[in-house]
Amino acid sequence: MQRPSELWGPSSSLDTLRARAAALARIRAFFASRGILEVDTPQLCPVSATDPLLDSVPAQPFRDGRTWYLQTSPEFPLKRLLAAGSGPIYQLGKCFRRGEAGPRHNPEFTMLEWYRPGLDLGALIAEVAALAGELVPGLPLRSASYRTLFLLHAGIDPFAVGDPQLRERAVAFAPDADSWDRDAILDLLFSTLVEPRLGDGCLEVVTDFPASQAALARTRSDEHGNRVAARFELFMRGLEIANGYDELCDPSELRRRFEADNAERLRRGLDPVPVDERLLAAMSHGLPECSGVALGVDRLLMVALGKQRIDEVIAFGADRA
Amino acid sequence: MATYSSNEWKPGLKVILEGDPCSILENEYVKPGKGQAFNRVKLRNLKTGRVWDRTFKSGDSLEGADAVDKELQYLYNDGEFWHFMDPESFEQYQTGNDVVGDAGQWLKEQDSCTITLWNDAPITVTPPNFVEIPIAETDPGLRGDTATGGTKPAKLTTGAMVRVPLFLDVGDVVRVDTRTGDYMNRVRN
Repeated sequence: MQRPSELWGPSSSLDTLRARAAALARIRAFFASRGILEVDTPQLCPVSATDPLLDSVPAQPFRDGRTWYLQTSPEFPLKRLLAAGSGPIYQLGKCFRRGEAGPRHNPEFTMLEWYRPGLDLGALIAEVAALAGELVPGLPLRSASYRTLFLLHAGIDPFAVGDPQLRERAVAFAPDADSWDRDAILDLLFSTLVEPRLGDGCLEVVTDFPASQAALARTRSDEHGNRVAARFELFMRGLEIANGYDELCDPSELRRRFEADNAERLRRGLDPVPVDERLLAAMSHGLPECSGVALGVDRLLMVALGKQRIDEVIAFGADRA
Repeated sequence: MATYSSNEWKPGLKVILEGDPCSILENEYVKPGKGQAFNRVKLRNLKTGRVWDRTFKSGDSLEGADAVDKELQYLYNDGEFWHFMDPESFEQYQTGNDVVGDAGQWLKEQDSCTITLWNDAPITVTPPNFVEIPIAETDPGLRGDTATGGTKPAKLTTGAMVRVPLFLDVGDVVRVDTRTGDYMNRVRN
Protein backbone atom coordinates (compact mmCIF):
# COMPACT_ATOMS: atom_id res chain seq x y z
CA MET A 1 0.00 0.00 0.00
CA GLN A 2 1.25 3.48 -0.81
CA ARG A 3 1.84 5.85 2.09
CA PRO A 4 -0.91 8.46 2.57
CA SER A 5 0.19 11.68 0.91
CA GLU A 6 1.01 14.97 2.60
CA LEU A 7 -1.89 16.43 0.68
CA TRP A 8 -4.67 14.36 2.25
CA GLY A 9 -3.09 12.03 4.81
CA PRO A 10 -3.23 12.50 8.61
CA SER A 11 -0.55 14.45 10.50
CA SER A 12 -0.31 11.62 13.07
CA SER A 13 0.41 7.95 12.50
CA LEU A 14 -2.44 5.45 12.76
CA ASP A 15 -0.62 3.77 15.67
CA THR A 16 -0.67 7.11 17.50
CA LEU A 17 -4.40 7.45 16.87
CA ARG A 18 -4.95 3.98 18.39
CA ALA A 19 -2.87 4.98 21.44
CA ARG A 20 -4.83 8.22 21.65
CA ALA A 21 -8.17 6.39 21.65
CA ALA A 22 -6.89 4.05 24.39
CA ALA A 23 -5.73 7.06 26.45
CA LEU A 24 -9.13 8.78 26.17
CA ALA A 25 -10.80 5.53 27.32
CA ARG A 26 -8.43 5.35 30.33
CA ILE A 27 -9.17 8.97 31.24
CA ARG A 28 -12.92 8.28 31.21
CA ALA A 29 -12.41 5.11 33.29
CA PHE A 30 -10.34 7.11 35.81
CA PHE A 31 -13.17 9.59 36.35
CA ALA A 32 -15.87 6.91 36.38
CA SER A 33 -13.96 5.06 39.13
CA ARG A 34 -13.90 8.25 41.23
CA GLY A 35 -17.59 9.01 40.76
CA ILE A 36 -16.99 12.16 38.72
CA LEU A 37 -19.72 12.85 36.18
CA GLU A 38 -18.90 13.47 32.52
CA VAL A 39 -20.77 16.47 31.11
CA ASP A 40 -20.83 18.01 27.67
CA THR A 41 -21.44 21.78 27.73
CA PRO A 42 -21.67 24.13 24.73
CA GLN A 43 -18.54 24.98 22.79
CA LEU A 44 -20.35 27.84 21.09
CA CYS A 45 -21.69 30.56 23.43
CA PRO A 46 -22.73 34.23 23.23
CA VAL A 47 -20.09 35.02 25.91
CA SER A 48 -16.47 34.04 26.34
CA ALA A 49 -13.31 34.52 28.37
CA THR A 50 -12.51 38.21 28.94
CA ASP A 51 -8.77 37.65 29.54
CA PRO A 52 -6.99 40.13 27.21
CA LEU A 53 -4.37 37.47 26.46
CA LEU A 54 -6.94 34.91 25.28
CA ASP A 55 -8.54 35.37 21.89
CA SER A 56 -11.79 33.53 21.16
CA VAL A 57 -12.75 32.44 17.65
CA PRO A 58 -15.89 34.39 16.69
CA ALA A 59 -18.78 32.72 14.88
CA GLN A 60 -22.31 33.61 13.73
CA PRO A 61 -24.53 30.57 14.43
CA PHE A 62 -27.73 32.58 13.89
CA ARG A 63 -28.72 34.80 11.00
CA ASP A 64 -29.18 37.84 13.24
CA GLY A 65 -25.75 39.42 13.00
CA ARG A 66 -24.83 38.60 16.59
CA THR A 67 -21.32 37.29 17.31
CA TRP A 68 -20.93 34.15 19.39
CA TYR A 69 -17.65 32.55 20.38
CA LEU A 70 -16.05 29.14 20.27
CA GLN A 71 -15.02 28.60 23.90
CA THR A 72 -11.39 28.83 25.05
CA SER A 73 -12.33 26.53 27.96
CA PRO A 74 -15.61 25.06 29.32
CA GLU A 75 -15.06 26.84 32.65
CA PHE A 76 -18.15 29.09 32.69
CA PRO A 77 -20.84 26.49 31.90
CA LEU A 78 -19.13 23.94 34.19
CA LYS A 79 -19.29 26.42 37.08
CA ARG A 80 -22.98 27.02 36.35
CA LEU A 81 -23.54 23.26 36.67
CA LEU A 82 -21.65 23.28 39.99
CA ALA A 83 -23.89 26.09 41.25
CA ALA A 84 -26.89 23.99 40.13
CA GLY A 85 -25.68 21.24 42.46
CA SER A 86 -24.06 18.83 39.99
CA GLY A 87 -21.32 17.70 42.36
CA PRO A 88 -17.92 16.75 40.86
CA ILE A 89 -17.89 17.00 37.04
CA TYR A 90 -15.53 16.82 34.11
CA GLN A 91 -15.58 17.66 30.44
CA LEU A 92 -13.33 16.09 27.82
CA GLY A 93 -13.70 17.97 24.57
CA LYS A 94 -12.50 20.52 22.08
CA CYS A 95 -11.55 24.09 22.90
CA PHE A 96 -10.47 26.85 20.55
CA ARG A 97 -7.93 29.64 20.86
CA ARG A 98 -7.51 32.06 18.02
CA GLY A 99 -4.00 32.58 16.72
CA GLU A 100 -2.42 29.84 18.84
CA ALA A 101 -0.49 27.72 16.37
CA GLY A 102 2.96 26.20 16.58
CA PRO A 103 4.80 23.04 17.58
CA ARG A 104 3.02 23.04 20.98
CA HIS A 105 -0.23 24.75 20.01
CA ASN A 106 -3.10 23.97 17.71
CA PRO A 107 -5.95 26.51 17.51
CA GLU A 108 -8.38 23.61 18.09
CA PHE A 109 -7.26 21.28 20.88
CA THR A 110 -8.59 18.74 23.36
CA MET A 111 -9.04 19.96 26.91
CA LEU A 112 -9.83 17.91 30.00
CA GLU A 113 -11.32 20.16 32.66
CA TRP A 114 -12.70 19.06 36.01
CA TYR A 115 -14.07 20.52 39.24
CA ARG A 116 -14.05 19.06 42.73
CA PRO A 117 -16.38 20.65 45.30
CA GLY A 118 -14.88 20.50 48.78
CA LEU A 119 -11.42 19.39 47.60
CA ASP A 120 -8.48 21.65 48.41
CA LEU A 121 -5.69 22.49 45.99
CA GLY A 122 -3.22 19.97 47.49
CA ALA A 123 -5.70 17.10 47.08
CA LEU A 124 -6.46 18.22 43.52
CA ILE A 125 -2.72 18.25 42.69
CA ALA A 126 -2.53 14.65 43.94
CA GLU A 127 -5.47 13.74 41.69
CA VAL A 128 -3.87 15.43 38.65
CA ALA A 129 -0.67 13.49 39.35
CA ALA A 130 -2.65 10.23 39.61
CA LEU A 131 -4.31 10.91 36.26
CA ALA A 132 -1.00 11.84 34.57
CA GLY A 133 0.44 8.65 36.07
CA GLU A 134 -2.24 6.62 34.26
CA LEU A 135 -0.73 7.69 30.92
CA VAL A 136 2.91 8.31 31.91
CA PRO A 137 3.59 5.93 34.81
CA GLY A 138 6.47 5.94 37.25
CA LEU A 139 7.33 9.64 37.47
CA PRO A 140 7.83 11.22 40.91
CA LEU A 141 5.84 14.34 41.85
CA ARG A 142 7.79 17.48 42.75
CA SER A 143 6.29 20.76 43.85
CA ALA A 144 7.78 24.23 44.36
CA SER A 145 6.59 27.82 44.35
CA TYR A 146 6.91 30.14 41.35
CA ARG A 147 9.27 32.28 43.44
CA THR A 148 11.51 29.34 44.38
CA LEU A 149 11.80 28.17 40.76
CA PHE A 150 12.46 31.70 39.50
CA LEU A 151 15.25 32.06 42.05
CA LEU A 152 16.69 28.63 41.19
CA HIS A 153 16.70 28.90 37.39
CA ALA A 154 16.88 32.67 36.76
CA GLY A 155 18.46 33.99 39.98
CA ILE A 156 15.63 36.50 40.40
CA ASP A 157 13.05 36.99 43.14
CA PRO A 158 10.03 37.81 40.95
CA PHE A 159 8.30 39.67 43.79
CA ALA A 160 11.24 41.70 45.09
CA VAL A 161 13.15 42.53 41.90
CA GLY A 162 12.93 46.14 40.71
CA ASP A 163 11.56 47.01 37.28
CA PRO A 164 14.91 48.33 35.93
CA GLN A 165 16.75 45.10 36.82
CA LEU A 166 13.95 43.00 35.41
CA ARG A 167 14.01 44.94 32.12
CA GLU A 168 17.77 44.63 31.91
CA ARG A 169 17.47 40.82 32.06
CA ALA A 170 14.65 40.78 29.52
CA VAL A 171 16.22 42.93 26.78
CA ALA A 172 18.90 40.27 26.33
CA PHE A 173 16.13 38.08 24.85
CA ALA A 174 13.63 40.62 23.58
CA PRO A 175 14.96 43.98 22.34
CA ASP A 176 11.60 45.73 22.89
CA ALA A 177 11.11 44.43 26.43
CA ASP A 178 11.92 47.77 28.08
CA SER A 179 8.48 49.00 27.01
CA TRP A 180 6.58 45.94 28.34
CA ASP A 181 4.57 45.67 31.52
CA ARG A 182 5.91 43.68 34.46
CA ASP A 183 3.79 40.57 33.92
CA ALA A 184 4.80 40.31 30.25
CA ILE A 185 8.47 40.46 31.28
CA LEU A 186 7.92 37.84 33.99
CA ASP A 187 6.20 35.63 31.37
CA LEU A 188 9.15 36.11 29.01
CA LEU A 189 11.76 35.19 31.64
CA PHE A 190 9.69 32.31 33.00
CA SER A 191 9.07 30.82 29.55
CA THR A 192 12.69 31.35 28.46
CA LEU A 193 14.69 30.49 31.58
CA VAL A 194 12.44 28.41 33.83
CA GLU A 195 9.87 26.41 31.83
CA PRO A 196 12.34 24.49 29.63
CA ARG A 197 13.95 23.10 32.82
CA LEU A 198 10.71 21.94 34.46
CA GLY A 199 9.42 18.39 34.54
CA ASP A 200 12.64 16.67 33.50
CA GLY A 201 11.92 13.06 34.51
CA CYS A 202 9.22 14.11 36.96
CA LEU A 203 5.79 15.63 37.34
CA GLU A 204 6.72 19.17 38.35
CA VAL A 205 4.10 21.37 39.95
CA VAL A 206 4.52 25.15 40.22
CA THR A 207 2.44 26.87 42.92
CA ASP A 208 1.83 30.39 44.21
CA PHE A 209 1.90 32.45 41.02
CA PRO A 210 1.90 36.25 41.45
CA ALA A 211 -1.57 37.59 42.30
CA SER A 212 -1.48 39.63 39.07
CA GLN A 213 -1.60 36.28 37.22
CA ALA A 214 -4.50 34.88 39.26
CA ALA A 215 -7.06 34.70 36.41
CA LEU A 216 -10.08 33.16 38.25
CA ALA A 217 -8.19 31.79 41.27
CA ARG A 218 -8.42 33.12 44.82
CA THR A 219 -5.51 35.20 46.07
CA ARG A 220 -3.75 35.11 49.44
CA SER A 221 -0.51 36.18 51.14
CA ASP A 222 2.42 33.76 51.22
CA GLU A 223 4.90 33.35 54.10
CA HIS A 224 7.03 36.22 52.72
CA GLY A 225 4.02 38.56 52.63
CA ASN A 226 3.75 38.44 48.83
CA ARG A 227 0.28 38.42 47.26
CA VAL A 228 -0.01 35.12 45.42
CA ALA A 229 -2.69 33.27 43.49
CA ALA A 230 -4.01 29.95 44.83
CA ARG A 231 -3.14 28.43 41.48
CA PHE A 232 -0.83 25.67 40.25
CA GLU A 233 0.55 24.44 36.96
CA LEU A 234 1.87 21.00 36.05
CA PHE A 235 4.91 20.71 33.77
CA MET A 236 6.32 17.61 32.11
CA ARG A 237 9.34 17.58 29.80
CA GLY A 238 9.31 21.40 29.70
CA LEU A 239 5.68 21.40 28.54
CA GLU A 240 2.88 23.12 30.40
CA ILE A 241 0.29 20.36 30.90
CA ALA A 242 -2.32 21.60 33.39
CA ASN A 243 -3.44 24.73 35.21
CA GLY A 244 -5.52 24.54 38.40
CA TYR A 245 -7.22 26.96 40.76
CA ASP A 246 -8.70 27.21 44.15
CA GLU A 247 -11.75 28.73 42.51
CA LEU A 248 -12.89 32.25 43.13
CA CYS A 249 -16.51 32.07 44.40
CA ASP A 250 -17.18 35.77 45.09
CA PRO A 251 -19.42 37.23 42.33
CA SER A 252 -18.53 40.87 43.03
CA GLU A 253 -14.80 40.09 42.79
CA LEU A 254 -15.46 38.12 39.59
CA ARG A 255 -17.36 41.08 38.09
CA ARG A 256 -14.50 43.40 39.07
CA ARG A 257 -11.99 41.10 37.28
CA PHE A 258 -14.20 40.85 34.16
CA GLU A 259 -14.50 44.64 34.01
CA ALA A 260 -10.76 45.14 34.59
CA ASP A 261 -10.11 42.66 31.73
CA ASN A 262 -12.41 44.56 29.37
CA ALA A 263 -10.85 47.90 30.34
CA GLU A 264 -7.44 46.40 29.53
CA ARG A 265 -8.83 45.06 26.23
CA LEU A 266 -9.94 48.57 25.25
CA ARG A 267 -6.55 49.97 26.26
CA ARG A 268 -4.90 47.43 23.93
CA GLY A 269 -7.27 48.21 21.07
CA LEU A 270 -9.08 44.87 21.38
CA ASP A 271 -12.86 44.40 21.27
CA PRO A 272 -14.40 43.89 24.72
CA VAL A 273 -16.02 40.49 25.29
CA PRO A 274 -19.61 40.32 26.65
CA VAL A 275 -19.54 39.49 30.35
CA ASP A 276 -21.19 36.18 31.29
CA GLU A 277 -24.14 37.44 33.36
CA ARG A 278 -25.42 33.86 33.71
CA LEU A 279 -22.17 32.83 35.43
CA LEU A 280 -22.36 35.87 37.73
CA ALA A 281 -25.99 35.04 38.58
CA ALA A 282 -25.04 31.40 39.26
CA MET A 283 -22.23 32.56 41.54
CA SER A 284 -24.62 34.90 43.37
CA HIS A 285 -26.89 31.90 43.90
CA GLY A 286 -23.85 30.09 45.29
CA LEU A 287 -20.86 28.31 43.79
CA PRO A 288 -19.69 25.61 46.22
CA GLU A 289 -16.13 25.94 47.51
CA CYS A 290 -14.17 23.96 44.97
CA SER A 291 -10.94 23.46 43.14
CA GLY A 292 -10.71 22.96 39.40
CA VAL A 293 -8.11 22.22 36.75
CA ALA A 294 -7.77 22.28 32.97
CA LEU A 295 -5.39 19.81 31.34
CA GLY A 296 -4.17 19.82 27.73
CA VAL A 297 -4.78 16.25 26.60
CA ASP A 298 -2.79 16.62 23.38
CA ARG A 299 0.25 17.84 25.36
CA LEU A 300 -0.02 14.93 27.81
CA LEU A 301 -0.17 12.55 24.84
CA MET A 302 2.95 14.20 23.37
CA VAL A 303 4.81 13.31 26.56
CA ALA A 304 3.24 9.83 26.86
CA LEU A 305 4.10 8.93 23.26
CA GLY A 306 7.43 10.79 23.01
CA LYS A 307 6.28 13.20 20.30
CA GLN A 308 7.79 16.62 19.69
CA ARG A 309 4.97 18.33 17.80
CA ILE A 310 1.32 18.58 18.76
CA ASP A 311 0.13 17.71 15.25
CA GLU A 312 1.81 14.31 15.68
CA VAL A 313 -0.90 13.36 18.23
CA ILE A 314 -3.84 14.95 16.37
CA ALA A 315 -5.41 13.22 13.35
CA PHE A 316 -5.26 16.39 11.29
CA GLY A 317 -3.30 19.36 12.68
CA ALA A 318 -4.28 22.85 11.57
CA ASP A 319 -2.01 22.58 8.49
CA ARG A 320 -4.04 19.58 7.25
CA ALA A 321 -7.50 20.39 8.64
CA MET B 1 7.77 48.96 2.30
CA ALA B 2 5.07 46.82 3.90
CA THR B 3 5.16 45.77 7.54
CA TYR B 4 4.60 42.17 8.54
CA SER B 5 2.86 40.96 11.68
CA SER B 6 4.36 38.09 13.73
CA ASN B 7 1.98 35.49 12.24
CA GLU B 8 3.33 36.35 8.76
CA TRP B 9 6.98 35.78 9.71
CA LYS B 10 7.62 32.72 7.58
CA PRO B 11 11.10 31.34 6.90
CA GLY B 12 12.66 33.31 4.05
CA LEU B 13 10.80 36.56 4.73
CA LYS B 14 13.19 39.54 4.70
CA VAL B 15 12.67 42.13 7.42
CA ILE B 16 14.56 45.03 8.96
CA LEU B 17 15.75 44.58 12.54
CA GLU B 18 17.94 47.07 14.37
CA GLY B 19 18.55 48.83 11.04
CA ASP B 20 19.86 45.76 9.23
CA PRO B 21 18.13 43.53 6.68
CA CYS B 22 17.52 40.04 8.05
CA SER B 23 16.08 36.82 6.72
CA ILE B 24 13.75 34.85 9.00
CA LEU B 25 15.00 31.29 9.59
CA GLU B 26 12.55 30.04 12.24
CA ASN B 27 9.54 31.47 14.05
CA GLU B 28 8.21 29.57 17.05
CA TYR B 29 5.00 30.50 18.85
CA VAL B 30 5.37 30.34 22.64
CA LYS B 31 2.51 30.95 25.05
CA PRO B 32 1.72 30.12 28.64
CA GLY B 33 -1.90 29.02 29.18
CA LYS B 34 -2.46 32.23 31.13
CA GLY B 35 -0.20 35.01 30.01
CA GLN B 36 1.60 36.79 27.24
CA ALA B 37 2.17 35.04 23.89
CA PHE B 38 5.57 35.39 22.24
CA ASN B 39 7.24 34.62 18.96
CA ARG B 40 10.74 33.26 19.41
CA VAL B 41 12.51 34.03 16.16
CA LYS B 42 15.82 33.06 14.56
CA LEU B 43 16.99 35.56 11.93
CA ARG B 44 20.08 35.77 9.76
CA ASN B 45 21.53 39.24 9.48
CA LEU B 46 22.06 39.51 5.74
CA LYS B 47 24.93 41.98 6.07
CA THR B 48 27.02 40.08 8.60
CA GLY B 49 25.69 36.53 8.17
CA ARG B 50 25.28 36.27 11.95
CA VAL B 51 22.26 34.47 13.32
CA TRP B 52 20.21 36.37 15.90
CA ASP B 53 17.75 34.95 18.44
CA ARG B 54 15.08 37.46 19.32
CA THR B 55 11.76 37.22 21.16
CA PHE B 56 8.81 39.43 20.29
CA LYS B 57 5.29 39.77 21.66
CA SER B 58 2.87 38.00 19.35
CA GLY B 59 1.17 40.61 17.20
CA ASP B 60 4.30 42.78 16.89
CA SER B 61 5.26 43.93 13.41
CA LEU B 62 8.54 44.32 11.56
CA GLU B 63 9.20 46.41 8.49
CA GLY B 64 9.85 44.36 5.37
CA ALA B 65 13.30 44.66 3.79
CA ASP B 66 13.57 45.13 0.04
CA ALA B 67 16.24 42.45 -0.19
CA VAL B 68 16.55 40.00 -3.08
CA ASP B 69 19.06 37.38 -4.16
CA LYS B 70 20.22 37.72 -7.77
CA GLU B 71 22.44 35.59 -9.98
CA LEU B 72 24.96 38.07 -11.39
CA GLN B 73 27.96 37.63 -13.65
CA TYR B 74 31.30 38.77 -12.25
CA LEU B 75 32.96 41.11 -14.77
CA TYR B 76 36.22 42.49 -13.35
CA ASN B 77 37.95 44.14 -10.40
CA ASP B 78 39.35 47.64 -11.13
CA GLY B 79 41.55 47.58 -8.03
CA GLU B 80 38.99 49.41 -5.92
CA PHE B 81 35.61 48.05 -6.94
CA TRP B 82 34.27 44.70 -8.05
CA HIS B 83 31.90 44.92 -11.02
CA PHE B 84 28.97 42.59 -11.71
CA MET B 85 26.26 42.41 -14.37
CA ASP B 86 22.75 41.04 -14.50
CA PRO B 87 22.95 38.73 -17.56
CA GLU B 88 19.28 39.33 -18.36
CA SER B 89 18.87 43.08 -17.97
CA PHE B 90 22.59 43.90 -18.50
CA GLU B 91 22.30 46.20 -15.50
CA GLN B 92 25.66 46.64 -13.78
CA TYR B 93 26.45 46.75 -10.07
CA GLN B 94 29.67 47.63 -8.27
CA THR B 95 30.79 47.05 -4.72
CA GLY B 96 33.91 47.17 -2.54
CA ASN B 97 36.11 44.69 -0.71
CA ASP B 98 34.12 45.18 2.50
CA VAL B 99 31.08 43.53 0.87
CA VAL B 100 32.87 40.96 -1.30
CA GLY B 101 35.13 39.78 1.52
CA ASP B 102 36.47 36.23 1.29
CA ALA B 103 34.15 35.44 -1.63
CA GLY B 104 36.52 37.44 -3.86
CA GLN B 105 39.14 34.67 -3.90
CA TRP B 106 36.69 32.41 -5.77
CA LEU B 107 35.46 34.92 -8.36
CA LYS B 108 36.67 34.21 -11.89
CA GLU B 109 35.73 36.63 -14.61
CA GLN B 110 32.53 35.61 -16.48
CA ASP B 111 31.50 33.21 -13.68
CA SER B 112 28.17 33.82 -11.99
CA CYS B 113 27.60 34.25 -8.26
CA THR B 114 24.71 35.05 -5.95
CA ILE B 115 24.48 38.62 -4.75
CA THR B 116 22.03 39.87 -2.14
CA LEU B 117 20.80 43.32 -3.06
CA TRP B 118 19.25 45.54 -0.38
CA ASN B 119 17.56 48.64 -1.75
CA ASP B 120 19.32 47.73 -5.01
CA ALA B 121 22.84 47.81 -3.48
CA PRO B 122 24.92 44.63 -3.00
CA ILE B 123 25.30 43.62 0.65
CA THR B 124 26.68 40.09 0.30
CA VAL B 125 28.40 38.08 -2.41
CA THR B 126 28.21 34.27 -2.39
CA PRO B 127 30.29 32.27 -4.87
CA PRO B 128 28.86 29.10 -6.45
CA ASN B 129 29.39 25.98 -4.30
CA PHE B 130 31.84 24.64 -6.89
CA VAL B 131 34.20 26.67 -9.06
CA GLU B 132 36.72 25.66 -11.73
CA ILE B 133 39.87 27.81 -11.67
CA PRO B 134 43.37 27.39 -13.20
CA ILE B 135 46.44 27.04 -10.97
CA ALA B 136 48.64 30.15 -11.15
CA GLU B 137 51.55 29.07 -8.94
CA THR B 138 52.67 25.75 -7.44
CA ASP B 139 55.75 23.55 -7.16
CA PRO B 140 56.51 21.58 -10.35
CA GLY B 141 54.29 18.54 -10.73
CA LEU B 142 55.59 15.04 -10.00
CA ARG B 143 54.37 13.36 -13.18
CA GLY B 144 52.92 9.97 -12.63
CA ASP B 145 52.56 10.44 -8.89
CA THR B 146 48.79 9.94 -8.77
CA ALA B 147 48.83 7.28 -6.09
CA THR B 148 50.70 8.46 -2.99
CA GLY B 149 47.94 10.86 -1.94
CA GLY B 150 50.37 13.64 -0.98
CA THR B 151 49.37 17.29 -1.43
CA LYS B 152 51.07 20.65 -1.92
CA PRO B 153 49.89 24.26 -1.76
CA ALA B 154 48.73 25.92 -4.98
CA LYS B 155 47.72 29.49 -5.68
CA LEU B 156 44.81 29.83 -8.11
CA THR B 157 44.48 32.64 -10.66
CA THR B 158 41.81 34.22 -8.46
CA GLY B 159 44.18 34.36 -5.48
CA ALA B 160 42.80 31.47 -3.44
CA MET B 161 45.26 29.05 -1.81
CA VAL B 162 44.24 25.39 -2.14
CA ARG B 163 45.98 22.11 -1.32
CA VAL B 164 46.19 20.01 -4.49
CA PRO B 165 47.66 16.59 -5.40
CA LEU B 166 51.38 16.47 -6.20
CA PHE B 167 50.93 15.62 -9.91
CA LEU B 168 49.21 18.93 -10.79
CA ASP B 169 51.00 21.80 -12.55
CA VAL B 170 50.58 25.47 -13.30
CA GLY B 171 47.79 25.87 -15.86
CA ASP B 172 45.82 22.81 -14.73
CA VAL B 173 42.21 23.66 -13.96
CA VAL B 174 40.93 22.42 -10.61
CA ARG B 175 37.42 22.06 -9.23
CA VAL B 176 37.10 23.37 -5.65
CA ASP B 177 34.29 23.35 -3.08
CA THR B 178 34.09 27.01 -2.02
CA ARG B 179 32.29 26.19 1.25
CA THR B 180 35.24 24.18 2.57
CA GLY B 181 38.07 25.34 0.28
CA ASP B 182 38.76 21.68 -0.57
CA TYR B 183 40.14 20.48 -3.91
CA MET B 184 37.69 18.09 -5.59
CA ASN B 185 39.24 17.00 -8.89
CA ARG B 186 41.19 18.11 -11.96
CA VAL B 187 39.13 19.36 -14.87
CA ARG B 188 40.30 18.33 -18.38
CA ASN B 189 41.42 21.48 -20.17
